[in-house]
Amino acid sequence: MSNLIRNNVVVADDWTLVALPAIEEAVRKQAGKVVIFKLTGEHSATPEQIAGAVIPAGKVIVPLPLWQARMDELAPRLAAGELGVWLESFELVEDLVASVADINDVPLIAVNFPRFADGRGFSIATLLRTRYAYRNELRAIGDVLRDQLYYMKRCGFDAFSMRADRSAEDALASLRDFSEPYQGAVDNPLPVWRRYARHADTSGHARKAVNPVMDDTD
Amino acid sequence: MYIYDDIDQRIVDERVAQYREQTRRYLAGELSDDEFRPLRLQNGLYIQRHAPMLRVAIPYGLLSSKKLRKLAHIARVYDKGYAHFSTRQNIQFNWPELKNVPDILAELATVQMHAIQTSGNCIRNITTDQFAGVAPDEVVDPRPLAEILRQWSTFHPEFAYLPRKFKIAVNGAAHDRAVVQVHDIGLEFFRDAAGQTALKVWVGGGLGRTPMLGSMIRAHLEWQHMLSYCEAILRIYNRYGRRDNAFKARIKILVKALGAGEFARQVEAEWLHIKDGPSTITQEEFERVAAYFSNAQHENLSDDAAAFDALCASDRAFALWAKRCVHAHQVPGYRAVTLSLKPTGIAPGDISAEQMDMVADLADRYSFGELRVSHEQNLILASVKLADLHALWQAARQHGLATPNIGLLTDIICCPGGDFCSLANAKSIPIAQAIQEKFDDLDYLHDIGDIELNISGCMNSCGHQHVGHIGILGVDKDGSEWYQVSLGGKQGNDASIGAVIGPSFAAEEVPGVVEQLIRTYIEQRTADECFIDTVRRLGMAPFKERVYAKKQEAAYV
Repeated sequence: MSNLIRNNVVVADDWTLVALPAIEEAVRKQAGKVVIFKLTGEHSATPEQIAGAVIPAGKVIVPLPLWQARMDELAPRLAAGELGVWLESFELVEDLVASVADINDVPLIAVNFPRFADGRGFSIATLLRTRYAYRNELRAIGDVLRDQLYYMKRCGFDAFSMRADRSAEDALASLRDFSEPYQGAVDNPLPVWRRYARHADTSGHARKAVNPVMDDTD
Repeated sequence: MYIYDDIDQRIVDERVAQYREQTRRYLAGELSDDEFRPLRLQNGLYIQRHAPMLRVAIPYGLLSSKKLRKLAHIARVYDKGYAHFSTRQNIQFNWPELKNVPDILAELATVQMHAIQTSGNCIRNITTDQFAGVAPDEVVDPRPLAEILRQWSTFHPEFAYLPRKFKIAVNGAAHDRAVVQVHDIGLEFFRDAAGQTALKVWVGGGLGRTPMLGSMIRAHLEWQHMLSYCEAILRIYNRYGRRDNAFKARIKILVKALGAGEFARQVEAEWLHIKDGPSTITQEEFERVAAYFSNAQHENLSDDAAAFDALCASDRAFALWAKRCVHAHQVPGYRAVTLSLKPTGIAPGDISAEQMDMVADLADRYSFGELRVSHEQNLILASVKLADLHALWQAARQHGLATPNIGLLTDIICCPGGDFCSLANAKSIPIAQAIQEKFDDLDYLHDIGDIELNISGCMNSCGHQHVGHIGILGVDKDGSEWYQVSLGGKQGNDASIGAVIGPSFAAEEVPGVVEQLIRTYIEQRTADECFIDTVRRLGMAPFKERVYAKKQEAAYV
C-alpha cells in the first residue's frame, strides 16, 4: 500500500528518494541536551559524500547539495522531467531558486520535516508558492503525520509522503479538519473577511455569513 | 464584546471535534506521547505535578457574565471548585482529567470560548490593557485590532510550529498597562500627525531566563498593515530563530544576535513582498469588529461625586477601598472597579466557583454583563455607575472580593509555583502568603503606597519578577528551595529589568528581607516619592547594605 497522498487521494509513488549517507559527526549538545535541529544555513553533507552518492535510474528526488554540486551531470535528467530536488528544513529555498533557470523547470520539490515540530518547512513551502510562483508538485517528506497535514496543505503542499508506520488512508480525513480558516494562506490567499460579507450583529445572536465571493481553490 | 458569527462558531466547533479525535487516538495508543504533546499543548493542556492543567483563553482579558458562569460550572463539574487567573489574562484549571478535556472544550465552545494556542510553540493569547475602552488616558481602543489579530493568529498554518512560544501584547493608552516591551511583539497604537491610527512596533522583549526589553523596529506603521507586518516578523523568526537550544529559541535571542537594526532591515525587506496584499485590513472589516466594542450603552450621567464623597467621609473602610480599587472612566458618571483576588490566605489569582457566579451577578447588575481579567490577576468591572459603587462594595466585601490593596504591597503577582507547576524550582504561593501575613496592617500598607512585588517559582518568570519593583525568584540549590531577590524592575512606558541584590535567601527569611527593603525606603523617601522612584534615585546600595547587614546580625545572635 502506498503511503503517498497527492491531490487528496492515495496514489502510487513512481519517484525514488535519494538520500546522502548520514554525516558522521560528534553528538552536539546545548544546555546538556542533544541538539536535534540544525540552524538555518548549516551544511548537510561533505563534498566526498556528495561526489560518492549513487543516483539510481528513473525518476529521482535528489538532495539540494547533490543537485548543486553535480548539475552538469544531472541537467539532462532535469530537462527530461525526471529529476526532483529535496530541501532540508535548514536549507535555504533561495539557494534552490538560484540554482535553476526557472523554478518551474523542476517537476517536483520535496521538503523534509526531520521532526514534525520543525516548522521551517511551512515557510519554505509558502515562499516557493508565493514569492517564487512554483506550480509543480510540492511534497512533504520525513516525519509527516496527519495532525499537521491541514497546515501543510494550506502552505501549498499538494503531496504528502506519510511516515511509513502510519496509514495514508486514515490521514486523508485530517486534510478537512477545518472548513473556513480565518487568515489567507497559499491555498486561498483571501482572509475570511474578503471571502464573505461578514456583518456585525451586536444584538447577541450569531448571524450567518452570506455571499461567498470565492470558492476554495485546491 | 465580540460576538461569534457562524464562521467563528464553526471554527471552535471543528476544533473540539479535531481534539476529541486526537485524544481518542492517543488513549488508543495510536499517537505517542511526543506526537500528542504539541497537540494537547495547543489546546492548553499541560501534564502537571498532580494532574493535567488546562489553560483556557480569555482573549485580551475580556469576559462576559455568561462565560464566567460557564467557567464556574467547569470548575465545579470537572475540577475542585476553583480556578486560577494567570498573568497573561487566561484562566487555569488545575485538576481536570485528560479524557474529559474534549468535553470541557465542547462546553467552552457553547459560550464562544476555547483553549486554542494557550500553550505550545505558537502565537499565544493576545493581551492588552484591562482598562481598554474606558481608560481616560486611552488614545486608541486596542480591542478591535486585538480581535483582528486573534482571528489572524488562530491556526495560522505557517506559524503553528515556531521555534518557541510567541506572545503579542497591544496597548492604546498613554500609560502602557500591557507591558508591551516584555513581549515577543509589542504594539502600541497611537494617533499620528494626520490623526490616523498608527502603530509602534517593538520586537524581542521577554522575561524568562534572559530578560530583555524589546527594541522598537518601526516607529510608525499604518494600522491597515498590522497583519502583514506581523507576518513578516514571524516569517523571519520561523526561518532563522534558533531551534538547536530551547533556552535560546525565543525571538529576543535572534534580535539580539542580529542586532535590532539588522533584524528590522530583514523584516522590512520581507514585508515589501507582502505589503498591500490581501491581508491588508479593510476599513469595512475594522468597522465590523469595532462595532462590538463601544460605550454606546452608557447612560448620560452627571459626574457629580458629592454623594460618593460624603460616603467616603463617613465610612473609612469604603473610602480606603475606593482609593485603591476605583478607577477613573472616560464616560461621566462611571468608574472602573477592580475586585481584588489578593486577600491574605488565598493564592493570588485564585477564585472559587461561588465567587465566579457572584462576580457574574455583579457584572450583570452593575457593569453591562462584562468584566476583564488583568495581568496582575485581578478582575475588573469596567463600567460601574458612581451611584452604585457603595452597593457594589458591600456585595463584593461579603464574598472576599473587596480587599483594598490594588497596587499595594499585598497585591502580589504570583505564579502557581512548585505547589502545582512541574517546571517550578520552588514554591511561590506560600512566599506570597507569608509576605501578606507580615504586612497585614492596612494603615501601614497604605502608608507604603504604590509598589509592585512579583514572585516566580522558576526562571520561566510567569510571575513577572523581572519587572517587579521587588522581584522574588525561586531557585534550586542542591535540591533545596532558595529565593533570589531583585530590585528596580518596572512595567509601563519606562519599563526596566530589576537587578539581583545578592546571594539568595531561605524561604523563611524572605518576609524579613522585604521588610528591610520597605524600612529602608520609608527612612529614605522624600515626600510623595513612591518605592520605585526611591530605588531609582538611590540605587541599590542602601537597600542591599541594610538587608545583608541584618542577615549577618542574625547569624551572630
